[in-house]
Amino acid sequence: MATDFNSASGLKRVRGLGSAKSGVHHWWLQRVTAASNLILLVWFLASLILLPSFDRSSVLAWISSPLVAVPLLLLIVSTFWHARLGVQVLIEDYVHSEGLKLLAIIVLNFFIFGIAAVAAFSVLIIAFGGVRA
Amino acid sequence: MAEFQLPANSRITGKGKAFPAPSGARRVKTFSIYRWSPDDGQNPRYDSYDIDLDDCGPMVLDALIKIKSELDPTLTFRRSCREGICGSCAMNIDGSNTLACTLAIDDVKGDVRITPLPHMHVVKDLVPDMTHFYAQYASIKPWLQTVTPEPALKERKQSPEDRSKLDGLYECILCACCSTSCPSYWWNSDRFLGPAILLQAYRWLADSRDEMTGERLDQLEDPFRLYRCHTIMNCANVCPKGLNPAKAIAEIKKMMVTRAV
Repeated sequence: MATDFNSASGLKRVRGLGSAKSGVHHWWLQRVTAASNLILLVWFLASLILLPSFDRSSVLAWISSPLVAVPLLLLIVSTFWHARLGVQVLIEDYVHSEGLKLLAIIVLNFFIFGIAAVAAFSVLIIAFGGVRA
Repeated sequence: MAEFQLPANSRITGKGKAFPAPSGARRVKTFSIYRWSPDDGQNPRYDSYDIDLDDCGPMVLDALIKIKSELDPTLTFRRSCREGICGSCAMNIDGSNTLACTLAIDDVKGDVRITPLPHMHVVKDLVPDMTHFYAQYASIKPWLQTVTPEPALKERKQSPEDRSKLDGLYECILCACCSTSCPSYWWNSDRFLGPAILLQAYRWLADSRDEMTGERLDQLEDPFRLYRCHTIMNCANVCPKGLNPAKAIAEIKKMMVTRAV
């Protein structure tokens, strides 16, 4: 047991840098995106099951419909946002080196925004007729 | 990274001593107890003590006291009230945290394995260092705070309904069974307050007489102090007083959302 010369009560360590006075929005948005994920994923699966066929032209026609493209975009935003919030919590739980933690959170954000942009672009280019059937 | 393995000098590699039961003992139970002393430079070990249950009180603490008085005076543990109200004899028995004084020996199947509360610095044998835990308790200012001056020659009144909101909270004896059973507390106890302290924090948030609710919430709103709780629920499972710290933490999170959203 190391002797702590700075604070016999241990309060220095506990009070630390003080409260961040944030965290409620992160927590709340994780719950809200969980709810929207549920709704959108049920729609997504039901919509896929109801597709008459999975050949290229009918899938392209399906995605081009505004009533499919819009919820698909929402699904992309909702799931990637939720993943970003959740994985950040995982990093904070297990990565204790401050530098490594910061780096991991930056990489996470680059990765999530990157693949979410690619996914959204893929839907949009089909919806706006940029892909030939 | 989080520590998934004990440091080399904390691994249980030492060769333990065995204390056999007296001849003629008919109901023998083996107690396998974690031993570590800061003085001898040895790694921790398990010593085993065979106890004649016909010549021992019914609770695990009775056996510990019998071992210390009759077999091995070097065995070190905390105890005081022996009736579940002081919280001193919190330890890990048969794989879960509880009070040695309220757990009957007969409720443990097979050998009784006893270790200190998990993921705490050990002072000696079954005695953990509680300094940080108590500092965390002090940090939430666990006393009545008001803006209104103290009423002259009168108490601050509380209706029976408001008083009943403290039921399930005031009974906490700060034994630390819950906090030291929580994986989030294991990984992040430097910043996460843990279930016991958060339940105590909610006890003051829920008190109709306390006027510092907003300031208290300010101090708790932090990704680590409060939001390391991931509703694992070990706290509620082990609480020897049958309380539910996870529910108290959920109530704090609800208050946070109510004022922010």
